[in-house]
Amino acid sequence: MSVVVYPRALWVGCAALLLLLLAVVAHLMLAGRPLGLDEVMMGLADPPGTPPRLILQIQEFRLPRTVAGALAGACLAVSGALTQNVARNPLATPEILGVTAGASLGAVAVLVLAGGGHGGLSGAAAAVGLPLAAGAGAILFGGGVFLLAMRRGQDVLDSNRMVLVGLGATALATSLVTWMLTLGDVTNASQALTWMTGSLNGRDWAAVGPMVQVALPLLLVSAAAGRWLLLGAFDDNTARGLGLPLRQSRPLLLLLAVLLAAAGTVMAGPVAFVAMVCPLAARQLCGTVVPPMAATALLGAAFVVLADLVAGFLLPQALPVGVLTTVLGAPVLIALVFRAQRRTS
Amino acid sequence: MATVAHPRAPLREDRRRRVPARGLLLAGALLALALLASVLIGGLESSLSDVWHAVMTPNGSVADVAIRELRWPRTVNGLVVGACLGIAGCLTQAHTRNPIADPGLLGIYAGAALAVVSGALVGGAALQAAPAQAVLAFIGALLACALVFAVGSASRHGVTTVTLVLAGAAVTALAGGLVSMIVLSNDSALDTLRFWQLGSIAVRGGMVPAMLPFLLAGLLLAAVNVPSLNALALGEETAASLGVDLRRSRTVGIAAIAVLAAVAVTLAGPIAFAGLLVPHLARWLVGLDYRWQLPSSAVLGAAVLLLADTAGRVVARPGELPVGVLLAVMGAPFFIYLARRRKLVSL
Repeated sequence: MSVVVYPRALWVGCAALLLLLLAVVAHLMLAGRPLGLDEVMMGLADPPGTPPRLILQIQEFRLPRTVAGALAGACLAVSGALTQNVARNPLATPEILGVTAGASLGAVAVLVLAGGGHGGLSGAAAAVGLPLAAGAGAILFGGGVFLLAMRRGQDVLDSNRMVLVGLGATALATSLVTWMLTLGDVTNASQALTWMTGSLNGRDWAAVGPMVQVALPLLLVSAAAGRWLLLGAFDDNTARGLGLPLRQSRPLLLLLAVLLAAAGTVMAGPVAFVAMVCPLAARQLCGTVVPPMAATALLGAAFVVLADLVAGFLLPQALPVGVLTTVLGAPVLIALVFRAQRRTS
Repeated sequence: MATVAHPRAPLREDRRRRVPARGLLLAGALLALALLASVLIGGLESSLSDVWHAVMTPNGSVADVAIRELRWPRTVNGLVVGACLGIAGCLTQAHTRNPIADPGLLGIYAGAALAVVSGALVGGAALQAAPAQAVLAFIGALLACALVFAVGSASRHGVTTVTLVLAGAAVTALAGGLVSMIVLSNDSALDTLRFWQLGSIAVRGGMVPAMLPFLLAGLLLAAVNVPSLNALALGEETAASLGVDLRRSRTVGIAAIAVLAAVAVTLAGPIAFAGLLVPHLARWLVGLDYRWQLPSSAVLGAAVLLLADTAGRVVARPGELPVGVLLAVMGAPFFIYLARRRKLVSL
């Protein structure tokens, strides 16, 4: 098997890596009381004589949040690239696979039903129960959609059918979420809404550590799927003629997309637009037919880390990261509309 | 215009020829049943003779008041909202040639939500009453739709499906982001939003007469639009060569969608799933010919909405479950069944 290397994609990948590094360092420096670069380095490297307070601040408070943001961004972006490829639709996102709505259902159920009175959810239920419920909801709905979209005796998984089934499942979960929001008191609803917007507030290693072990292998596996993605850009018959094992590749890619989206959503909540915009941006920057996986993942990671830095710490009022990605992502989408129009006219 | 053969893919399940008239009749029967159930069933048990009494010789008894003042306006409201959503959904799927499109695509729900939330933020309690909310929702829905159309058609070639969908997604996201920004910082606005966005046909029945001119305008636009839809289903180029004025057809169709969906969101809040589900039901019943599909969507939309609303009164006695929740709980499994059963029709 030959490997195609696109020089431009390589450059873009390097630039994205640099951007991510800058974003991570900036995030560590500015997420809270501003620290100098030397202090961040000291806190990370932990040479003898480092003040324990600094180590605590960097390694226990700031690093988990930065890591969660970067990994969630990478997972969501790659999941978006896979979904767009399999559905052959640039607007397809993991949301239409039911993953996001399922995760929201799980999380909101915990927040509203177990939240009790004022003050909302805290303690063990928040640290362990919430991610667990979100993950369970995501896997349950994503997996359910996947299974329901299959038909016995059918040759290839029909992506259109999968999208339709996903929409049905999403409608079901979303309406239940909407209803649950009216059950508890407004504090619980506010907490639930923050989660549903996508937020990195209060991430610690207890929640982030296990997710790192889930997310990294998934990202590595998806890096190997590049060739399948390239062939998947053709129509079914051509792709099969070129040697794409559609019967295996399509379910596997979708399963990977579901798992990645679930991992990303558990870490940061359903941060909007990362999954849609990052693959498109990677594709346009690299000038390739399918977005290169590495560039997509790096762009996604940098996007979320930077957005969290701005939304959570640089704005006069702290907002969840999802608000900013939405408000930033929408103009990008509008710009893409105009670009596409200029090309056709 | 000559009769245009509609693009019927050679489907196994379609070999059994569908008789459209029979399908429409079935939908009508379902609607009659739903109307009856909506008037009869509620917190108070009523019989047919109670209804007869309330209609012919009302004397202010509890049963009379329940039927005349509560259930009848609610039923009429459901009828209007369901029909609007059905037609708007059918037109949206026809113009985008996309079976997963629903009227929310044009930014209507997001625009309405933004207007309602902004009202709660700025106006306080005065703008949180149901009629004020309805007016705000109507204005927000139409503004969002106009913005989507402006962005989507900002080229010399006029509006195309793809740009419209993208513009709709962008405007929806932008409005959604602003809504979360507002409600995350203001608990009173959040309280307004969480109850408004459930969707209900119970509270704004009295607004129906005020919406009547818009309803009629929307229905008229939809009726004018029907003849070009079958040709559009063959693709834009084929439709143009068959003599369809693409730009005119698109503009009329989108105006119809905007007005009808705005009426629906005004009267009931966002009940998004109906616009997606109903056209699929209609196609299942009467096939692809839009001259049948569109009226069937209207009838089925009303029937489905009323049935869901009535079921909501029964399952959670003495309380009620909102119609939007019931619709999704009942409709989603059926929608999934339809998606699984049929070979998908590419519109």
